Amino acid sequence: MTENALEISGVSKSFGDNLANDNISLALAKGEIVALLGENGAGKTTLMNILFGHYVPDEGSVSVMGKLLPQGKPREAIRAGIGMVHQHFSLAPNLTVLENVITGTQGIWSLATDIKSARQKLLDISQRFGLIVDPDARLGDLSVGEQQRVEILKALYNDAQILVLDEPTAVLTNIEAEQMFSTLKDMAKQGLSLIFISHKLDEVMATADRIFVLRGGKSVAERQVEQTNKSELAELMVGREVKRPVREVSTPGDVILNASDVSVLQSGVERLKNVDFHVRAGEVLGIIGVSGNGQATLAQLLSGTAKRSKGNMTLFGEEVGDLTVPDVVELGIGRIPEDRNHEGVIGEMTIWENAILERIPEFSKNGLVDRIAGIKFADEVIDAFDVRGATPTKRIRLLSGGNMQKLILGRNLLKQPRLLLAAQPARGLDEGAVAAVHERILSARKDGTGVILISEDLDEVLALADRIQAIVGGRLSPSVSAEDADARKMGLMMSGEWSDREGVA
Amino acid sequence: MRFERRERQPLLLILATPIIAVIAALALSGVLIALAGAPVFEAYWNIVKGAFGSRLSTTETLTRAIPLMLTGLAAAIAFRAKLWNIGAEGQLYIGAITVSAVSSQLVGGFPSIIQIPILLICGAVAGMILLLIPLWLRLRFSVDEVVTTLLLNFVAILFVSMLIDTVLKDPLAFGWPQSLPVADDAMLPRVLTRSRLHIGLFIAMALAVVIYLIQTRTVFGLQSRAAGLNPEAAVFAGVPLGRTLVFVAMISGGFAGLAGAVEVMGVQGYVTTELSPGFGYSGIVVAMLANLNPIGVILAALFIAAMFVGADGMSRVMEIPTYIADVTVALSLLSMLVAIFFTQYRMRR
Amino acid sequence: MNEIIDILSSAGLWAAVLRIATPLIFGTLGALLCERAGVLNLGIEGIMTFGAMIGWLAVFNGADLWTGILIAAISGGVFGLLHALFTVTLGLSQHVSGLGVTLFASSFSYYVFRLLVPVAGTPPTVEAFQPIDIPSLSSIPFFGPAFFTQTPPTYLAIVLAFVLAYIIFKTPLGLAIRMTGENPHAAEAQGINPIVIRYGCVIFGSALMAVGGAFLTLSAFNSFFPTMVQGRGWICIALVVFASWRPSHALLGALLFAFFDGFQFRLQTVLSGVVPYQVFLMIPYILSITALAVMARRARVPQALMQPFRRGER
Repeated sequence: MTENALEISGVSKSFGDNLANDNISLALAKGEIVALLGENGAGKTTLMNILFGHYVPDEGSVSVMGKLLPQGKPREAIRAGIGMVHQHFSLAPNLTVLENVITGTQGIWSLATDIKSARQKLLDISQRFGLIVDPDARLGDLSVGEQQRVEILKALYNDAQILVLDEPTAVLTNIEAEQMFSTLKDMAKQGLSLIFISHKLDEVMATADRIFVLRGGKSVAERQVEQTNKSELAELMVGREVKRPVREVSTPGDVILNASDVSVLQSGVERLKNVDFHVRAGEVLGIIGVSGNGQATLAQLLSGTAKRSKGNMTLFGEEVGDLTVPDVVELGIGRIPEDRNHEGVIGEMTIWENAILERIPEFSKNGLVDRIAGIKFADEVIDAFDVRGATPTKRIRLLSGGNMQKLILGRNLLKQPRLLLAAQPARGLDEGAVAAVHERILSARKDGTGVILISEDLDEVLALADRIQAIVGGRLSPSVSAEDADARKMGLMMSGEWSDREGVA
Repeated sequence: MRFERRERQPLLLILATPIIAVIAALALSGVLIALAGAPVFEAYWNIVKGAFGSRLSTTETLTRAIPLMLTGLAAAIAFRAKLWNIGAEGQLYIGAITVSAVSSQLVGGFPSIIQIPILLICGAVAGMILLLIPLWLRLRFSVDEVVTTLLLNFVAILFVSMLIDTVLKDPLAFGWPQSLPVADDAMLPRVLTRSRLHIGLFIAMALAVVIYLIQTRTVFGLQSRAAGLNPEAAVFAGVPLGRTLVFVAMISGGFAGLAGAVEVMGVQGYVTTELSPGFGYSGIVVAMLANLNPIGVILAALFIAAMFVGADGMSRVMEIPTYIADVTVALSLLSMLVAIFFTQYRMRR
Repeated sequence: MNEIIDILSSAGLWAAVLRIATPLIFGTLGALLCERAGVLNLGIEGIMTFGAMIGWLAVFNGADLWTGILIAAISGGVFGLLHALFTVTLGLSQHVSGLGVTLFASSFSYYVFRLLVPVAGTPPTVEAFQPIDIPSLSSIPFFGPAFFTQTPPTYLAIVLAFVLAYIIFKTPLGLAIRMTGENPHAAEAQGINPIVIRYGCVIFGSALMAVGGAFLTLSAFNSFFPTMVQGRGWICIALVVFASWRPSHALLGALLFAFFDGFQFRLQTVLSGVVPYQVFLMIPYILSITALAVMARRARVPQALMQPFRRGER
């Protein structure tokens, strides 16, 4: 039997009362690709942080090529040949590619950086694995896909034999993702060992040799890829059968929002270019696309925080000018922001204050806040939307992500909005909370609310949307009925493969 | 060892933090007093006596607390909205010189009942304007207001120095650079005879209560807190960020300007470049010790005033420089920072 | 007009420019180093004051001048340690912590000074650094007396700017510092300990600030008096922005600034009686504010400036 490249044995780690990893063991052979499959909070990331020396495990050990790895020392992990590609890139935008790659690789007290041989080594590696980037480009000027290449190059530059990738496709288009996986397979053929973390069943099935399923901090199953299938993995991952709500057939009503030829200019850049879209009452319009293609601007435009530079917009049958946030709320538009913690709530304020902040005119008189009405409103939201662990006067940061999202949904939906803007409403939530959020969106649709759903999660869009448009580089594709959409077609749309006249091929 | 965020912050702990911080600061200054070879407890006893030992010293302490309350409020209001107004010292001087100019040149003949309110408003407006400049630079050019407000302090004091050397120079001051005095009718009424304590005390305390009510009850209070805690979310919720900051700056700068006006109209009667022994900077300490709570500002200002007045008294009988008061005040700011940290985090292993 | 030409063509002005610039160069380089690692150090004003006091006091008590400079540097490092403890380990507000350090360091220096030096009508003095002539260069007409007859710390400051530029841009250590200031998590992922880097930079940077202060009492003047730093620290903070966090630009910025300062000082004597002297004294501060307004948007700020780094927290 060949020696394992990596062995994790009996690792446990807890944070407070939360047991994030419970006696996990895992082995990785040379040239093998292993997938770690699990939901958010299953303990994948904690395990990887232990592996990489960011956390010290309470129990257990990690060994590389048969040698025990000292705990809690990232430098030792690098030296032993472990390279980590984080989900959130660990890169410095103001430095060049080469600088990002070589930081920390040369003796810190040497009198000069050896740029010349470093550049040569980087070029060699990028040739060998087909990861082409300009070493002298400023990192911040690169696309997300290129940045990820740099992240991988960084690991390879440190002579990594074992590559750990945390949700590597989260930020890529389908096509980029496919390229990425063929690169990974090529690396395995060249003798590298890879672990990648994912919750996407398709890519796990397509790429891995072996699959470990984590749930609630425990390793619940290990399967060779030939011995399993998607539905078994899904069940193992969630631990129960999850039924996502089913979209009922509905007959959309009047057009409530119509935007034609709209452009938005932000700090000198045209972030939305001549887009056309409309939503009917009782209809969900799904906007798909890789993040960073203008979704944020589109959401801001409809939230009242960005202005059009061109084009017309009709809301509920009337032509509208520039909208402010109070206008938008007054008109009956509910808004679920993309980033809960940065835009959606103010952690240090109470739940009731968070519930009414965007409805201040309604909850104040003569400049005084109507605290009693506010608390009552918060109580209603908490009851109606099953926000667990909440009382109106508690600070909102004490809620879990799912319950925070339910509160945000509730403060918008309780007042029966005519239009709901939902940007990545299920991002970062566990399966149970996702189902709850989806159910609420569909019931709003049933009640005649028009919904704009901005999402990167194609399954989510397929489950909820009636019509789908893709956003690429600030432009919107023509709309496609959900019935006609499949993964391939959506993939094409998201990579910009459409023509304005003929629609999507 | 690492720090872990506390789920809950016990109220008792929050109330205890300033006391713990002050005790820590006094202990540290005690070491410095001991190093100077003086008996520590005797020194502190003398400070207490110097601050509260007699009717005169008690009223002096209260008098000294008045500008500190106002500059403390100025800092507390601004910091809560994350507007780093470190320029209270300059705003105070501008408020002071405005009062001297307006009273000596324009309204000196008016009766008290009219003149005093006019002057107080003028002083406050002058302070406001001085803070609106750095705020404008921040909103327009993204210039960090910490440095600009600090630099403007020097500009303001030089400006005052120029005026009292030239157009506003008092010809009867034997050549000393000193401003024309305000009219007698501009002086704030005394609270007690045979003391310098004036009704500024009640003005400052009333304003603290008003600010407390504004912060807890009004839309503006809610919005300015939101703007300080999370500007992005505030904008998303429709808080007019720029306008809120302008209002905050007007109140903050206004209070600092008022501090200068009150100091001239209540105590000095005229302006010199020695009007303020750093009231503006001490106001920051007052605000931090009060945990930015307006009511707490009253108590914190009293503590700081007692330190300064007491140290003056102490140094008359002992060989310890009065600067020990400044040292203690600075140390209490630093220990308060640490104390606040431990109300939010706990140590683990 | 002729007066202005006279001023500009006098070697005295240019010699003064270098002298005025020296404490600013030290202070700006120190603040720049801290900020490159991601820590704003508003303790600078107080640290310069303390450096000025302790350096002078050491020499007053018989130490030689370089020992005075060294003692100032060490004391600056200690205050830097304090600031790092607050901002790096505890992750407290860098603004408030820095102001606290300034209040403490300045009041502490006044306290120590009053305690150890008796009150006197004229402040006691020490034998300060004397200008040294750089052989042959100093005999060049005009340029010699203007640029090559400075005191040793001035030459040190100029050399230091180039050394620091080299370290920051050409060595692995500099790369580690820049990475820490841009993204400490990325630095950590590369096996660099951002906490150690930040501590190192803040301590060393603060030492430089204190040396800048000591220059005031050991070279520019020969005595210490309270408030003598006069906002130079804050000007240094503004100069860092003006210099876009580059040591070479910091040197230029300090010289440019010192030129205006030296020029206005000489203009004062020419225009005395016409324009109040306070107007001239305001110029440096107004100049700094203007420089900030012009440069603030253009400069590429270290991305992690003022962001506390906590392991595992993003």
